[in-house]
Amino acid sequence: MTTEWQMVIGLEVHCELKTATKLFCGCPNVFGDEPNTNVCPNCLGLPGSLPVLNQQAVELAMAIGTALHCEIRPSTFHRKNYFYPDQAKDYQISQYDEPINVNGHLDLPDGFRVGIERAHMEEDTGKTSHAGASGRIHGADYSLVDYNRSGVPLVEIVSDPDMRTADQARAYVTELRAILVASGASDGKMEEGSMRVDANVSVRRTVDDPFGTRCEIKNLNSVRSLGRAIEYEAGRQIALIESGERVIQQTRHWDEGAGRTEALRSKEDAYDYRYFLEPDLVPLVPDAEWIRAVGDTLGMMPAARRSRLAALLDDAGGMTDAQRDQVTTVVDLGLDDLVVVAVAAGVGSGLALARTANEAATDADAARVLDPKSYVELLTLEAQGSLSATQAKSVLADLLAAGGGDPAAIARDKGFEAMSEDSLADTVAQAVADNPDEWSRFCEGDDKLAGFFTGLVMKATKGQANGKAVAAELRRLRG
Amino acid sequence: MTAPRPVQETAAMIRAGEESAVEVLEHHLAVIDAGEESIHAFNLVMGDSARDRARAIDAQVAAGEDPGPLAGIPVALKDNLCTRGVPTTCSSRILEGWRPPYDATVVTRLADAGAVIIGKTNMDEFAMGSSTETSAFGTTCNPHDLTRVPGGSSGGSAAAVAAGFAPLALGSDTGGSIRQPAALCGVVGMKPTYGTVSRYGLVAFASSLDQIGPFATSVADAALLFDVIGGHDPLDSTSLNRPTPRVLSVLDEGVDGMTVGVLTEFLDGADPDVVARVNQAAEALAAAGARIEEISVPEVALGLSAYYLIAPGEASSNLARYDGVRYGVRVDAEDTVAMNTATRTAGFGAEVKRRIMLGTYVLSAGYMDAYYNQALRVRTKIIEGFATAYARCDVLLGPTAPTTAFAIGAKVDDPLTMYLSDVCTIPTNLAGHPAISIPFGPGDDGLPIGVQLLGPALSEGTLFQVAAVVEAAAPALRVPRITTGAPS
Repeated sequence: MTTEWQMVIGLEVHCELKTATKLFCGCPNVFGDEPNTNVCPNCLGLPGSLPVLNQQAVELAMAIGTALHCEIRPSTFHRKNYFYPDQAKDYQISQYDEPINVNGHLDLPDGFRVGIERAHMEEDTGKTSHAGASGRIHGADYSLVDYNRSGVPLVEIVSDPDMRTADQARAYVTELRAILVASGASDGKMEEGSMRVDANVSVRRTVDDPFGTRCEIKNLNSVRSLGRAIEYEAGRQIALIESGERVIQQTRHWDEGAGRTEALRSKEDAYDYRYFLEPDLVPLVPDAEWIRAVGDTLGMMPAARRSRLAALLDDAGGMTDAQRDQVTTVVDLGLDDLVVVAVAAGVGSGLALARTANEAATDADAARVLDPKSYVELLTLEAQGSLSATQAKSVLADLLAAGGGDPAAIARDKGFEAMSEDSLADTVAQAVADNPDEWSRFCEGDDKLAGFFTGLVMKATKGQANGKAVAAELRRLRG
Repeated sequence: MTAPRPVQETAAMIRAGEESAVEVLEHHLAVIDAGEESIHAFNLVMGDSARDRARAIDAQVAAGEDPGPLAGIPVALKDNLCTRGVPTTCSSRILEGWRPPYDATVVTRLADAGAVIIGKTNMDEFAMGSSTETSAFGTTCNPHDLTRVPGGSSGGSAAAVAAGFAPLALGSDTGGSIRQPAALCGVVGMKPTYGTVSRYGLVAFASSLDQIGPFATSVADAALLFDVIGGHDPLDSTSLNRPTPRVLSVLDEGVDGMTVGVLTEFLDGADPDVVARVNQAAEALAAAGARIEEISVPEVALGLSAYYLIAPGEASSNLARYDGVRYGVRVDAEDTVAMNTATRTAGFGAEVKRRIMLGTYVLSAGYMDAYYNQALRVRTKIIEGFATAYARCDVLLGPTAPTTAFAIGAKVDDPLTMYLSDVCTIPTNLAGHPAISIPFGPGDDGLPIGVQLLGPALSEGTLFQVAAVVEAAAPALRVPRITTGAPS
C-alpha cells in the first residue's frame, strides 16, 4: 500500500439484546433450542397477528444509548419490505428516520474518538439453511427455515466514517463489545452471531480529498476477519484506482477461507425497501424520568474501569506499555475489581495487575467468581515474600479451581515454606562463586546479569526462592 | 317490516331459561337452510360447533350460571376474523386450508359474553371491494333482490343479518366495508373509532384504517354488540387504553339541543332518491329537537384519492406474507422466488393483485413522496376539515352510499366506478372517526337506502343516541324475500 493512500472506515454493528423474550411477542429469546420451538403467531407472521413492543428491549436499547453518550429521543418504527423465506412477514420492523439513539461517540482506549451516528432497534430474522453442495441458496436441493430467531431484538449501532486504519476498526469493535457486555445489553458473542459486523470501506489519496466510493463488506465473524477484510478491501480498491479503473459501490461478501471479498450486489441492484411508518405500532416516547432510571442502573463502563486502574498505577509511578496492555486485558475480561480490591488491601498495584492479567486471566470465568478475600490474602503472602512467584501461581490455580480458600493453608499443604534468609544467602553466594566472570561484569554495572543469577538461584531452589529477596542479596553482595 | 325481537330480549329469555339457546340456534339454522343456497352469505356454516356451544349455554343456565349479555345469541363472523381451528379464508384461494391456531380478541369477547358463532361470512377477497364480487368463492346476493349485490366488502355479514340468518354479525370497515353493505342490505352497520375495538386476529388489509364493527337489525342490537367487543386490548398496540364503552345505556337520551350538520359534499354525487331520504332524516331530527344546518367540509372530496394510495400501500406490505413458505396455498417451482411468484399468481384474484401493484408503486423510491406521502398530507387536511365541522356540530348527516344496491356484474369490470360507491364512507376511516349507517326507507327502486351519521373520535355514545332517533323515524322497508317466519 502506497503511503499516501488513506482508508476511510465506518462500521455497522448488529447486537442481539439479552432480553428474556422477543421484541414484539412473548416467545423466549434463547439461542440453540430445537428449531421452531420458540415461536407464536406473531413471530411466524401469521395473518391477524400484531406486534407489541417489549419494554425490556427498549430499556436495553436506552442503556446502549447512554453508554455511547447518545441523545435518547422519541422514535418510531418503520416497515422494511423485502421477500425472503426467513423473514416471517416479508417485512422487517425497524427504526428508520427517527431512531431512539443518535449523535453519540465511543472513545478507543488510546483516546481516539469515533462518532456514533445512531443506535436503533429492529427485529432479527429467522435462519435459513440450504441443503445441497454449495450451502447457499443458489443450487440448493431444498431449504429449511428456523424461526426461533425471528423477532429477537437487535440494536444496530452505526458509526460515523471516522476510522482510518484496520487497527482502529478492530479496537472499535473490541471496545464496543466490552461496552455492550458491561451495560448488560448483550453477551457480545460474535461466534454465536449475537454480535455481527458490517464494514464500509473506501480509500482516498490524501486526507484533504473527499471520501471515495465505498463498499460494504458483510460476513465478518470475528475481530480478526474484520481486520483482514478491511486490509484486503482497501488494497483491492487502491489497485483498481491505480490501474485507472473506478470503484463501484457494492455490497461484498468476505470469504474467510480465500481471504478475499467478492461482489454480492451493486448499488443498481439494491433493494427498494419501500420503508413506511409501521401502522401497527405507536411512537415510542420515553420520558426523562425513565431515561434517567435506565442510566442509573448502568454499571461502570470499560473506559472508566481502565482509568480507575491507570490511576492506581499512576500512584505507583506510572504505567509501562506492557501494563497498559494488561489493564486492557483485565478490563475486557471483567477482572478489574480484583485488582482494585487487592490494591486497597495494600498489595502493590504492579503485582496485583500482573497476577490478574497473566494468571487469573487464564481462567477468567473462574476468576470472575473467585472470592476476592482469598485472592487478596494470596497476593499479600507473595508481596511479603512468604511465597515466591512460582509458589503463588501454584496456589492461585487451586484457588480458582475451588472458587476460593485459605491460601496459607494451601501453601502449607503443598510444602511451600519460605526459605530462610541464611539459606538464601548461601545459595546466592554459591552461584556467585561458580560464575566469577559474570559476577565481575555485574559488579562493573551490567545489571542485566541480575536475571542470570536469579535464574540460577531459582533453579537451585526449585523455584522456592523469592525473586525480590534474591535481587536484594545480589545488591548487598555487590556493595 | 315486522321488527325482529330485540337481541337483548332474546338473551334475557335464554338467561332466564324461558327459551333455550338450542331453539334459537335451530330457528336460525332453518332460515339458513331455506335461504343460503340463493344468497350465499357464508363461506362456512358452523352448525355442529354452534349446536355444541348452544347446548353448553343452556347447561350453564340450567346450572344457575349467567353466560353473559349475548347468552345464546347466534353471531356471524366475517371470514377475516381468526377463529381457532376453524378455516379463516378472507375469501381468498391463497388461505385455503389454513386454520388459525388462535382466536381474534373479538371472538374471545363474544365467547365470554355467551354468544354462539354460527358461521364465517363471505367477503370481497381480503376486504378489497364494494360488492363481495371479488370473493374467490362466488358472490353473495342481496336478500332484497337476488340480482343485486349486497355491497362489500362485508357483504356476507350484511346479507346474513338482512336475511335473518343471524341476528348479529361482525364485519370490518377499512373504507366503508361495514356501512356500505349495511345500507345496501337495509340493516344497521357501525364503524367504531380507530383503536376502540382490538384488531388482534383481524387479518389486515390496511392497518391504519381497519376497524371491526357490528351489524344488527336495530340500533339497540348494534349498541349491545359494540359494548361487548369494545375496550382496551394489550395485544393491539393501537388499541386505546380506555374503559370499555357503554353506548346501550344512552340510547334513549334524544337529540334535543344537538346540532346536526348535513354534509353537502356527500349529497353532491348521490342519487335524488337518496338525497331525499337524507333530507327526510334531517327533518325527523329537527322535529325531535335538533338544530339542522348545512355544512361543507371541502377536504372530504379528496378522501377517495388519498384512500386509494394509503390503503393499497399498506396492503402491499400486509399481504407480502402470503408467499407459500409457511401456510396456505403453495405452488411449487424450481426455486424460492419462482415459488413465491407462482403461489401469489395462482392464489390472489385480480382486484387484490391490482391493489398490491398499486401499493407497491406508490411506496417505491422516487414515487413515494408524490403519492403515498402526499396522501398522508391529505389525510391530515381531512382531519382538520372535520375538526372545523365538529367545532359547530355534534354529528354530521349524509348518505352512506350514493346509490341503492347495483346489479351483480354492473361495476365489476370498471374498478374506478366501483371505488366511487365508497366515496361517502372513506373520509371517516381516514380520520379514524366513528360512523353508523341506519336503514331509512326504500329508494325509488324499492331497495334499501342507508343514512349515515358521522361523529368525532370517541363520540360513539352521541352517534348511537342520534341513530336511535333516526331509526324511530325511518320509513318501513319491504321485508326481504328470504326471511321466513318471525325472527326470534
